[in-house]
Amino acid sequence: MKAYRGWLLPLVALGAWWLASEYGWSRSGLWVSPQQVLATAIHEVASGHLWVALGASLARDLSGFAIGAGLGLALGCVLGLSALGNRLLGPSFNTFKQVSLFAWIPLISVWFGLGDVAKVVFLSLAALVPVVVNTADGLRNVPLPLLEVARVYGYSRWQSLTLVRLPAALPSIFTGLYLGLIYSWLATIGAEYLLVSGEGIGNTLIDGSEHFRMDLVLFGMLVIGTVGWLLNSLARLAERRLQRLYGTF
Amino acid sequence: MSRANSATWLRQQRWAWPTWPARGLARSLPWLLPLALFTTWAVGAQQGWVSPQVLPAPAYVYDTLKDLAISGDLWANTSASLQRVLLGYALGTSLGLVLGGLMGLSRAAEAYLLPSFNALVQIPVLGWLPFALLLFGIGEPLKYALIAHAALVPVTLGTLQAFRQAPVKWLEVGRAYGFSRRQLVTGVVLPAALPTLFTALRLGFTKAWLSLVVVELVASSEGLGYLIVYGRQLFQLDLVMAAVVVVGAIGYLIDRGFDALERRLGAWRPV
Repeated sequence: MKAYRGWLLPLVALGAWWLASEYGWSRSGLWVSPQQVLATAIHEVASGHLWVALGASLARDLSGFAIGAGLGLALGCVLGLSALGNRLLGPSFNTFKQVSLFAWIPLISVWFGLGDVAKVVFLSLAALVPVVVNTADGLRNVPLPLLEVARVYGYSRWQSLTLVRLPAALPSIFTGLYLGLIYSWLATIGAEYLLVSGEGIGNTLIDGSEHFRMDLVLFGMLVIGTVGWLLNSLARLAERRLQRLYGTF
Repeated sequence: MSRANSATWLRQQRWAWPTWPARGLARSLPWLLPLALFTTWAVGAQQGWVSPQVLPAPAYVYDTLKDLAISGDLWANTSASLQRVLLGYALGTSLGLVLGGLMGLSRAAEAYLLPSFNALVQIPVLGWLPFALLLFGIGEPLKYALIAHAALVPVTLGTLQAFRQAPVKWLEVGRAYGFSRRQLVTGVVLPAALPTLFTALRLGFTKAWLSLVVVELVASSEGLGYLIVYGRQLFQLDLVMAAVVVVGAIGYLIDRGFDALERRLGAWRPV
């Protein structure tokens, strides 16, 4: 019984919501019943609207993430492995990191328009930052004893990089990728909100809000939350797999 | 093997740059990239490589910033933004401290509340926005609610974590001295929680500041975010850039302030 305590609050809230709409405690047109949200959900799923919107959002999310993570890994390696690179680029990157990501949106929209290009640029920026930070940190903070062992074995620079530093930095690099995945999903919603054009789950939310359809808004929030949670669990699963493959340091 | 030896070897492993450049060059290196970017920007704007509508000259942005400051628009908008962020932050933080403290001190409260909290956290600020927009309308309460929400999440989770990390040994000592539950909390758990608590409060403020910009971008008629939107709608990129510079500068100053405060407070720290 104890394991189910977490369900109490959501169930009570749902029950109260249902009762309130059943007995018409609120006269506001914005007050929708749970059944109505369910009906909207079924309609959206059955009519295919959801899949079009979700597909467009996920495609954007993943391409932005791929670009941002790729660039981030490269930049993170430069910062983490080369003292010269770190000296040259580190301070600039740290300053860039401080600027709120969303402050870039107006500039991006002028430079790249309101379409998919602008959104993907924004998403890759969102994914880039955590990947760079964690990759560089991981490569910099390899435990000294490990490097000493590599030295005792007379490893070359290349060998100590591929056999010691990279594997030792892997957990941290993975944390960066994982954060990048979450950030880029958050940024997907933001991009659809602020660079309004085309399809996407964020646009579903805006439509619902503009037409005063609370049921559509609640459904959209549910979808966004679920996708975020799924991405989260997938990344954790992959992380565990990878750690089993390479062992943990 | 000696420690110094390892350190030397470590440095060699890092594609160290040659030792011949003087110290001065080393110190000037971080400025190279910003300087190059700035020069390209300035020269490019002057030579007209890109149209000023797309990228206004630095001098122009500076003039706009000066005009904003002189006309008082800057202060009016900045104070509107600061007021919002402070009130929203105060709301979110107090709620977060209560919620986090409750869950941190009572396992039962955690079991009842945390799963729901975690589920709600999955929805980002912008996901809540349409919902809040319908609920609160487009006025000030909307902004307070969203900024409070942004601060609430890290403060709650940080407080929860902070209350849980008192070393077991300390608690044992407390118990050995016959501390009551209340004494354990005020005498052991709370002091041990302070550093983490402070980090959480700081993170909360960063998040609040970020979401202020977002909220003002989407729905406002004054504030720094509004200046950005307004500039973009009129295609006055100088205004956009000036506002972005101010937002960045304030964010940076606040971060420095927290840093200084943390170091001050860090002087007292449980071992």
